Amino acid sequence: MAADSFVQAHIDYGAVAPMLIVFGTAMVGILVEAFVPRASRFWVQLPLAIAGMVVSLVVLVTISRGHEVITAGGAVVIDAPALMLQGTVLVLSIIALLAMAEPLGTRSPDAFTQSGASVPGSPAEANAVRLGATSTEIFPLTMFAVGGMMLFPSASNLLVVFIALEVLSLPLYILTGLARRRRLLSQEASMKYFLLGAFSSAFFIFGAALIYGFAGSLDFDAINKAIGTNGGMDGLLAPGVLLVAVGLLFKAGAVPFHSWTPDVYQGAPTPVSGFMAACTKVAAFGALLRIFYVAFESLRWTWQPVLAIVALLTMVIGAVLSVVQTDIKRLLAYSSITHAGFVLVGLIALNTVGISGTLFYLAAYGFSIIAAFALVALVRSGGTEATHLSQWAGLGKTNPLLAGTFSFLLLAFAGIPLTSGFVAKFAIFSAAVGHGATWLAVVGMAMSAVTAFVYVKVIVLMYFSEPAEGTAVVTPSALTGISVAVGTVLTLLLGIIPAPLFEMTQHSTLFLR
Amino acid sequence: MQTLATSVPGLSALATSGDAGVAHNATGVASVGWLIIALPLLGAAILLIGGRRTDKFGPYLAVALSWAAFVVGLLLIIQVHGLNSGDRAFHKHLFSWIPTGGFNLDFGLLMDPLSLAFVMLITFVGSLILVYSLGYMAHDPDRRKFFAYMNLFIASMLTLVLADSYLGLFVGWEGVGLASYLLIGFWNYNPEFASAANKAFFSNRVGDFGFLLAIFFMFSAFGRVDFAGVDAAVPGTGKGTLIGIGLFLLLAACGKSAQAPLQAWLGDAMAGPTPVSALIHAATMVTAGVYLIVRSHVIFDATPDARLAVCIVGAFTLMFGAIVGCAKDDLKKALAASTMSQIGYMVLAAGLGPVGYVFAIFHLLTHGFFKAGLFLGSGSVMHAMNDTINMRRFGGLWWIMKVTWVTFGLGFLAIIGFPGLSGFWSKDKIIEMAFVGSGWRPWVFGLTALIAAGITAFYMTRLFIMTFHSNPRWEKPEFDPHEAPMTMKVPMIVLALGSAFLGLILGPTNIITNWLEPVVGRQEGHAVLSAPVLMILTFVLMVAGIWWAWRLYWVEVPVTPPVGTPLTRLARRDLGQDDFNEAAFQRPGLHLTRALVFADNRGVDGAVGGLAAFIGGTAERLRRLQNGFVRSYALTMLVGVVAILGVLLVVQ
Amino acid sequence: MNGPDYSYAPLLFFAGIGAAFAVFSVFAASIAGPKRYNRAKADAYECGIQPSPHAEGGGRVPIKYYLTAMLFIVFDIESVFLYPFAVSFDRMGLFALVEMVLFVVTVFIAYAYVWRRGGLEWD
Repeated sequence: MAADSFVQAHIDYGAVAPMLIVFGTAMVGILVEAFVPRASRFWVQLPLAIAGMVVSLVVLVTISRGHEVITAGGAVVIDAPALMLQGTVLVLSIIALLAMAEPLGTRSPDAFTQSGASVPGSPAEANAVRLGATSTEIFPLTMFAVGGMMLFPSASNLLVVFIALEVLSLPLYILTGLARRRRLLSQEASMKYFLLGAFSSAFFIFGAALIYGFAGSLDFDAINKAIGTNGGMDGLLAPGVLLVAVGLLFKAGAVPFHSWTPDVYQGAPTPVSGFMAACTKVAAFGALLRIFYVAFESLRWTWQPVLAIVALLTMVIGAVLSVVQTDIKRLLAYSSITHAGFVLVGLIALNTVGISGTLFYLAAYGFSIIAAFALVALVRSGGTEATHLSQWAGLGKTNPLLAGTFSFLLLAFAGIPLTSGFVAKFAIFSAAVGHGATWLAVVGMAMSAVTAFVYVKVIVLMYFSEPAEGTAVVTPSALTGISVAVGTVLTLLLGIIPAPLFEMTQHSTLFLR
Repeated sequence: MQTLATSVPGLSALATSGDAGVAHNATGVASVGWLIIALPLLGAAILLIGGRRTDKFGPYLAVALSWAAFVVGLLLIIQVHGLNSGDRAFHKHLFSWIPTGGFNLDFGLLMDPLSLAFVMLITFVGSLILVYSLGYMAHDPDRRKFFAYMNLFIASMLTLVLADSYLGLFVGWEGVGLASYLLIGFWNYNPEFASAANKAFFSNRVGDFGFLLAIFFMFSAFGRVDFAGVDAAVPGTGKGTLIGIGLFLLLAACGKSAQAPLQAWLGDAMAGPTPVSALIHAATMVTAGVYLIVRSHVIFDATPDARLAVCIVGAFTLMFGAIVGCAKDDLKKALAASTMSQIGYMVLAAGLGPVGYVFAIFHLLTHGFFKAGLFLGSGSVMHAMNDTINMRRFGGLWWIMKVTWVTFGLGFLAIIGFPGLSGFWSKDKIIEMAFVGSGWRPWVFGLTALIAAGITAFYMTRLFIMTFHSNPRWEKPEFDPHEAPMTMKVPMIVLALGSAFLGLILGPTNIITNWLEPVVGRQEGHAVLSAPVLMILTFVLMVAGIWWAWRLYWVEVPVTPPVGTPLTRLARRDLGQDDFNEAAFQRPGLHLTRALVFADNRGVDGAVGGLAAFIGGTAERLRRLQNGFVRSYALTMLVGVVAILGVLLVVQ
Repeated sequence: MNGPDYSYAPLLFFAGIGAAFAVFSVFAASIAGPKRYNRAKADAYECGIQPSPHAEGGGRVPIKYYLTAMLFIVFDIESVFLYPFAVSFDRMGLFALVEMVLFVVTVFIAYAYVWRRGGLEWD
């Protein structure tokens, strides 16, 4: 670019409109926080956020599908995988937000503290509660996170990836710290998430710098071209690739970058854990897919074995540690780590079957895990959420509907046929076998047998034990009801007739470059 | 065996032509063959979704729909029977299930003589059990759920036998497991049932693991997992692959059919609420493994080594079950041990290859009848005796419960292979076929089967005498034995008739062999001992078994079990199967977990059984990585990064 | 690449001078400066006001300070973008003007939030 001439980057607004709508809704949400009276904020914010995402989804399906381009000066790519991933994020976010909003008869989301800035247990907090403070900021925060998640897998430049990473992360750090109950645990989780997130961002940015040093560009396509031609600088390239991968694997919750997951999922408001487990994973794996299939495609024989080892560790550590968990949220956290390992197996298959399997898995798992966390939020004991497994004893007797639904979701996690979990695992593992990584598929199946044991332990606890003292299930509003129903029904439907979604994912395997 | 191995290529070619080549598109009744599965499934759906509104008519609806499935099956058999023996296979494509790019899986039904034989067994025996349950469960407040689960079970079992691919079979396989899990745990909130259900589920998961591996090996070797495709691809496949697939299929069969080393769950599953659910496992579900092996006969035909493994498992389990059966005082558990042993016979027969497949299925059918009769009889006894199950508290019941006595007696005579009754025709054939071959095998397998027949006679006579004869060991006011109601009696009588005559109808007339031959192939074998000699030997051993039991138990049975010989004591403890499992699986698993667990401190506390003490005591000793300190998490990440970079450096 | 690339050499040179100056300043101050200690010098530097008393372990500062600091940074950053825009907006045309307005609006949304929610009030 010459010093005195300005070339305006062309932006295809049709392609990026869904993201703009989501960010715009977030902005309006902030204004609502500023100008709408407390009492009516909740019922303004919730429809606004939902409407924003629905409109975004409609635009995505109707307009953006016709605008598959590399746009904004090569920073953003809207192609079939990006559209698929953005759509998945939107749909999952809508049902996750419904669960997060659950007011339980009040005017504020029940899972969130009414006064996030006050010291837990302080007079300031009590005063805020007395005055009817709300934490409806969670809606714009969630919208910002969703926008970041949509940008993450469609970014085609390492700097844009980094910005998306931060845009999606920062709201999540705050959301994590806003739990209404066990606030100290929640704030601790938030703090940890933030510190470790910053740590992993540092790795990412260092990796990006190394890659820039190697390729002289941060655009994915240029990096890939440089890999074939630039000899002599390999010393920068491989470490750069792996450091960038660290930043993304951290978000995906892969071993050894997983250690935040259990603490954060346990501390965060329960529906937020569901949101993170579903949507963050979609975005992170989407970004991993693009980076590895576009930017580092020529280098696949270097990164593939490394990621294979990471996948192996992730499956094994997640499965084995889930065996000894006694807190349902931690159990689901370790389970999500194991699932991340399964998805990695599909990701490294290096063929279209692997890509479509990965996309399918992310969607299928997302629906189940959101519904599962939404249910966890309903089990209470002594005013707080009853997350210790012993408090779940006998739920089958006291609340058959909740226990039955939760058992079904657990069976889906275990990969029992006629649930989406089975079809998804089958797709992933057949992709692995198809490209010769039979050993990964074998380990994966062994680990899913191990985790099946864990899930059955929970089911047995719910159905074959005497009901625990003091545990009660609160009756949710239609919001949680819809969220759980959609998640559960889709878990079943995707197990019986997965073909429609499969067709969509199969048409979403071609990356623009 | 040697001669068998050499004749294998020809055989598998024959089988392929009978199996895959001429599966016609379904016409006539076969085109609505899916109704067989859909009817009971509909019943389960109505009962579960309809909720309490269906309490009144639900059970009757479930029974009616199950019989309707039987009728459809029967019509189908009539249609198929009118065709040439080579044309008796229909294929019905239902829908495209999993399209994963290069690999499309359709869900379809395969209706051939083998699957139809199973359809008959499942729908007929299953429907009889449902009728019986109308009486048995009359007073249970939750019986609607029970009937729903039963229908679900029947539908899953039918899916299992009618599916046209291994993956479809697997769907039914898991469905059966789930339904059985629901049935075992039907009377909730009882820790004993809970651990039983747990054990059953876990054993089955190990089996499923094997099954899935087999499927993935097939997928990688053949690119297809439907029966026709796999069968067609087998001849050109390497030996190692086939052995691998065969062994994994065997593992799957072991899990489902309670064969060594995964046999432990069956006895415990008897802790389930009713003899009905016990029966469902014993007479129906456990035969799935045998079905799997016979259905995969093309693979097993091509790998004598895998077949040998099948034989060993079968022979070991049939002896194991027979010995355990001698020591049990719990009526249902004794019958469960006997089931294990009888399934062992079937697995052994299936392992013998083309000489045995037909008889494995034949014994499976007759066993379905007489074992069902025995379980229903035991249910009748329990019903009469306030749910007592300890045989040492029975005795002298024959006069009070004549119908039960007669029907149970026929089942008893059938299972020990009394000449002329069902078990005689099927079991003697298996014993004879076990003596086929050369070298050490006929002697080992044949003698095992032969001796176990004698032991069977002993433990079944013991069971029969302790229950119906000998001295009464119950008091009048506490127990008031009475005959069962009509809904329970009729199924027992029907099953008793089957126990008596089914073998005679199907066996000597060669109906069963002619029926199954186009599917599984068949070969005459020459036993190392002649058939009459074997028959006499079997008979003598059987009489000896009866006599020994009569001598021990006819006059008096002590209420408290005597100390017994070391072998008896060992057999009471299931020959130490639980100790073995603990030593072989649980402990190493525990150690592995412990080794890894030190990475997670916070998540673990007092509630995880034996682990808790260990964790508590060593919390300080072990440095834990998951200690809640963000600095050590960061360190974990850093170590991970350094390790990866290090690996990379070394690799480059 | 043919031979070493010297295009970054000035940067290295500049970094060297910077480091040398820093080291020189520190040492020069300790050598040349008078050394008269008093209590005020040992206190924390707090912009002319009486230093707030510190508790054990460094103590806590009210979060209000941080809020103010962050607000300052937000507007600071805004001006960082505004300066280059102001210098070259004639060459970038309408597009840049629209972008800049959007940027300012975005910042003002945040400002409105802070203002309405009492972030600008000290107590």
